[in-house]
Amino acid sequence: MKVIVDFDLCESNAICMAAAPEVFEVRDDDFLYVLNENPGAELHDKVREAVERCPKQAITLED
Amino acid sequence: MADGPIVIVGASLAGLSAARTIRRADDNVPIVLIGDEPHYPYDRPPLSKGFLAGTTPEEKLRLRAAADPDELGVEWRLGTAAVGLDVAQRTITVKASIAGGSASTDGSASTDGSASFGDSASTKKSASTGNAEAIEFAGLIIATGARPRQLPGSNLQGVHVLRSLDDARALKTALDDGPSRIVVIGAGFIGAEVAATAREAGHDVTIVEAAGAPLARVLDTDAGMAIADLHREHGVDVRLGVGVSALQSDTVLDDPAVSAVALDDGSLIECDIVVVGIGVIPNTDWLEGSGLTIDNGIVCDDTCVAIGSDPEHPVVAAGDVARWDHHRYGQVRVEQWDNGVEQGAYAGTRVLAALNGEPSPDPYGPVPWFWSDQYDRKIQLAGMPGPTTELIHGDIAERKFVQLYLDSDGEAVGVLAWNRPRHAIQARQFLADGATADEIRTALA
Ligand SMILES: Cc1cc2nc3c(=O)[nH]c(=O)nc-3n(C[C@H](O)[C@H](O)[C@H](O)COP(=O)(O)OP(=O)(O)OC[C@H]3O[C@@H](n4cnc5c(N)ncnc54)[C@H](O)[C@@H]3O)c2cc1C
Ligand code: SF4
Repeated sequence: MKVIVDFDLCESNAICMAAAPEVFEVRDDDFLYVLNENPGAELHDKVREAVERCPKQAITLED
Repeated sequence: MADGPIVIVGASLAGLSAARTIRRADDNVPIVLIGDEPHYPYDRPPLSKGFLAGTTPEEKLRLRAAADPDELGVEWRLGTAAVGLDVAQRTITVKASIAGGSASTDGSASTDGSASFGDSASTKKSASTGNAEAIEFAGLIIATGARPRQLPGSNLQGVHVLRSLDDARALKTALDDGPSRIVVIGAGFIGAEVAATAREAGHDVTIVEAAGAPLARVLDTDAGMAIADLHREHGVDVRLGVGVSALQSDTVLDDPAVSAVALDDGSLIECDIVVVGIGVIPNTDWLEGSGLTIDNGIVCDDTCVAIGSDPEHPVVAAGDVARWDHHRYGQVRVEQWDNGVEQGAYAGTRVLAALNGEPSPDPYGPVPWFWSDQYDRKIQLAGMPGPTTELIHGDIAERKFVQLYLDSDGEAVGVLAWNRPRHAIQARQFLADGATADEIRTALA
């Protein structure tokens, strides 16, 4: 699984961080950082949750 | 599993989330998704923001989970309105809400082409084409959302509300027509967002708000006045504490258009376009006589099961239409995107549990979370507003701040963040964990 964030859409509201803190982090500078672009299988459910909960529909996954 | 499909009424955010959750948990149970709009589920927040501004094109509005409608494994019944519910017989009655809707007698499965974006010819509503049809259900999820409250005179040309894609198309067409004078009635979130978007597009904008400050339901006076200042700096004329007495029109025409808004202080604002944003009414009319308890939404227990429904074949409500018993906040109805997703998913789980004879999931009691974008400002609220506010971080004048909301016992009930998104999401977690006001003060200072 590869995680891709469209930073033109992302507004750093950190909803994804709440769902999958291992993968997404919004730092003090208020930018989103993807900590792990290729999360392991144990994180896939959390990442999918982040994709669905992102109100800007900014996260996509590639196989 | 009981016979019959799980029927979901309302094919938008909450209904789609319910469908997706059920399908993920169970490959086989039939799901019927009924929506009175001709469109596949789309996202509403951009309608007052990017879509209106022209930065989010229409084809980007479709909700992710409906990107490939066939993949979801549901029977789509778009262009179809539910018009009645019989709890004892476990049936709902549906009718086509648009010409060619799927309830028409030819039995066609869905409105195929007309459900895609860009086809406006098929979106004309014609009251009751086609015959009524009964659909039996094993379990029912109601996610019919809400519709805008109207003002007398709203049938005049140039008067708009904003809830649906069709509303947004109409307003966008009017705005794209060239610079005009716009009056936004009501400084709630949608009114304030429309005002910001229209102002940035170069229109002349006036906001009229009956309360003493914008967003009075959610913000305290200081934060509300910061919103007023923000709009004023951008050149919006913000009139507070004054009500609208009438929408006036040019009486000469057969198809009269709005020409001015008369205020109850005697002043008159001449205009070409009026946008009415004075709140919404839950879509429960079709449930009249159903035996469900309706009171500003569908009244539900703490697991979102409608009062008056059959426990073995529950009717569960989700999204803007649901008023349920929240362990922390009492009876609440939440008109927010994130809750639509989460409560829809919960409703799916709740119905499946009942049909499978399994115990109900834990009561539904999330910490709500809401955002609004105005100009370059992001406003977020975690939890609920309370009677007392306290500034715990930043500076209101700089428009980067965090406020804590306290209830009458001094307990933390919510956190409001301006341009502090990370604080908002952390606060949400603290509230969910039951943190004390002091813990939140220290952590977010
Ligand atoms: C312009 C706008 C901007 C917004 N911005 C934000 C924001 O920035 N942040 C935020 O948190 N929230 C925002 N919201 C709120 C958010 O979009 C709603 O909370 C969300 O759409 C609720 O989802 P829902 O599925 O409960 O209801 P809805 O999205 O209203 O969907 C209900 C659906 O049911 C259909 N329906 C109604 N009656 C029937 C019937 N009898 N039979 C069949 N179908 C029926 C309706 O036509 C509709 O398609 C915004 C809303 C609007 C309108
Ligand atoms: S949830 Fe979406 S918009 Fe928010 S920070 Fe994550 S990717 Fe960005």
